[in-house]
Amino acid sequence: MRLILDEEQSRLADSVRALLADHCPPQRVREVMADEGAGFDRLLWTRLAALGVTGLLVPEESGGAGAGHVERGVVLAELGAALAPVPYLASAVLATDTVAALGDDALAEDLLPGIAAGQQTAAVAVADSGGRWGSSADSVQAARDGGHWRLAGEAAFVVDGPSADRVLVYADHGWFVVDGGAVSWRPSRTLDPTRPMARAEFAGTSARQLPCDDPAGVLEAVWHRAAVALAAEQLGGMRRVLADTVEYAKVRVQFGRPIGSQQAVKHACADLYASCEQAEAVLWHAAWTADHDPAALPEAAALAQVVLGPAAFDTAASGLQLHGGIGYTWEHDAHLYYKRAKTSELLLGTPADHRARLADALSI
Amino acid sequence: MTSGFRERVRSWLAEHAPRGDEHVPEASESAPTEQQLAAAKRFQAALFDAGLAGLTWPVDYGGQGLTAAEQQIFDEEAAAYDLPTGVFLISMGMCGPTLVDLGTPEQKTRYLPPLLRGEEIWCQLFSEPGAGSDVASLQTRAVGDGAGDWIVTGQKVWTSGAQYADFGALLARTNPDEVKHRGLTMFVVDMRAPGVTVRPLRDMTGSAPFNEVYFDEVRIPADAVIGEVDAGWAAAVTMLGHERVSIGGSVRRRYDPMTFASLRDEARARGVAGDPVVRGELAQLYAAERKLALLNARLRQQSDAGLPPGARGSVAKLAGAQVLWQAVRVASLVAGPRVTAWDPGDPAGDALALAINATPASSIAGGTNQIQRGIIGDRVLGLPKEPQADRDVPFRELRVGTQAR
Repeated sequence: MRLILDEEQSRLADSVRALLADHCPPQRVREVMADEGAGFDRLLWTRLAALGVTGLLVPEESGGAGAGHVERGVVLAELGAALAPVPYLASAVLATDTVAALGDDALAEDLLPGIAAGQQTAAVAVADSGGRWGSSADSVQAARDGGHWRLAGEAAFVVDGPSADRVLVYADHGWFVVDGGAVSWRPSRTLDPTRPMARAEFAGTSARQLPCDDPAGVLEAVWHRAAVALAAEQLGGMRRVLADTVEYAKVRVQFGRPIGSQQAVKHACADLYASCEQAEAVLWHAAWTADHDPAALPEAAALAQVVLGPAAFDTAASGLQLHGGIGYTWEHDAHLYYKRAKTSELLLGTPADHRARLADALSI
Repeated sequence: MTSGFRERVRSWLAEHAPRGDEHVPEASESAPTEQQLAAAKRFQAALFDAGLAGLTWPVDYGGQGLTAAEQQIFDEEAAAYDLPTGVFLISMGMCGPTLVDLGTPEQKTRYLPPLLRGEEIWCQLFSEPGAGSDVASLQTRAVGDGAGDWIVTGQKVWTSGAQYADFGALLARTNPDEVKHRGLTMFVVDMRAPGVTVRPLRDMTGSAPFNEVYFDEVRIPADAVIGEVDAGWAAAVTMLGHERVSIGGSVRRRYDPMTFASLRDEARARGVAGDPVVRGELAQLYAAERKLALLNARLRQQSDAGLPPGARGSVAKLAGAQVLWQAVRVASLVAGPRVTAWDPGDPAGDALALAINATPASSIAGGTNQIQRGIIGDRVLGLPKEPQADRDVPFRELRVGTQAR
């Protein structure tokens, strides 16, 4: 088990960080956030593809890098730190992993080279309006229409849905793929202004069924990988909040001295650091497990979300608190991490769901 | 080569390790009986004679001159046994390594071989009633008698193993005109010297693993100084560094009612494991144990890769205490009011009560949680120090502790 990055992985982190520093400063995040029609930063998505990181888990024969979950985690940590407005989680994680789990060659050929090249994006629809992972099987009905399938009903919480070229849908008869343009989208109002989500309405929408013996098994496999990937993004946010907070505590002076010299502030920073270090160990363990010990992944992935979800939100909340009044302003970025962390904490289920998953994995 | 070593350790332990009922308590648990102490000394001598003591210590002083890899192998093999070596933890983990670092050749030759063979046991004499978190404010004085000897007067506290220790590593103030860190000296003190009085200190669990040690004009020879006169703080830092490693490397007792596994079994036995709240809390406790274990594994990997933990070790210390406090909450959830009253002779009730009562030690001993957070803030995060009221002030003008001076 390896819990530290090797040189190549560190270089990957450096190059993604450098690209984001140049092309995704906070100002850019806010521009995309303010432009409701933008969906995501297409130029940045192309640049990430040029760097070769949008297809990290795409097999080499499909134009990807054939890399592992640790490498993808390295990238996601940087994207999470920068709050990069790109559909990486939707396309390079959820859709890519669903394609891999389905093992459908035609779908792989249709989608993966485009994702790896940054020319296409995809989204995954797995929840109904209640948001439970897999509940879209109750809210989306598939029906045969001659040699085709048509979808009816709706799915919600579709991350980066309206901008997606293809949407993978978990319906009552298994997995389907539809053209993004054929879906009637209702963009949701979101807690996190940097992560678009939408409701997808299907009204006889033409779909192709993706042959699969065990649709629920695919759903589980995707959850496990998504849990690891999201944890990496959460860690990135935590590290950024910690760094910003410690920096602020060193320069902000009240009562004649830097606030970081006050025990109340210093000890809170120490707690953030302790939480961050443990979260990082849990994350790299989960990523390593995804690459090398798939049988242990259900436990490691559940552990990652049990730990990282609440830890990321607590970190964001505490970081904001330690900034005092400035942290509560729209102008300061603290609220963006706060909103992202709360959204991520609930994106793959509630913390209680994750604890139940972990308990299942431990046969409690 | 290491596989041969593992075989050797395994077969030696299989033949010599004591079984079952011969448990000898560790220094922080309770005081051993004379028979237990004698058994522990016999075992350590056998370990030494078999070439399995002081694995990483210099050969010149009775060690084996091996690497951390062999030590790791030994620890892994020994984990299957309840070895009676707890009484030597302070000797071998703290005092001995400090002598290796700072002792004179004469001191090393005199003290290290019998220490390694378990013939002589050491204790550490730092903390005082007025000097807990702020150890450097200690008041025990060593005054030169003009002929080279030192005369020591004062009181130490929280001294593990002082009842049976042969020697102590004593930190005393030799120059009260200096600022507090600069006027200290570390000495070897003979625990049976005239003027040394050891009194058991009963802790909140009701047992007395610790002691108060009184020094009433105890005479210490000049060659008993460890390191340099008035450079005792550096020696203390050296020893505390070894302490951190030795605490971090120690394993939990094999049966501990406060672990996830024990509490899960307890929940099953009591038929509450299926309760969603209990399940969730058990999972959360598992997560806390696991993230600490993974943190420690990561610290070791970083250390092997050339980045020693240093002050980051405080994260593991802090997290370790937090896991135990979390376990107390889960234990209450699982056992309910049965935590509070049980039939005499019910070992589970006794064990749970002892574990609950011992938990405060985890966030106090070896540096309180507050001290650990201060270390992380100052030395890991680089936050500005607090204004120090005791900086640049000669010790004799300082206000220290809680008692009048």
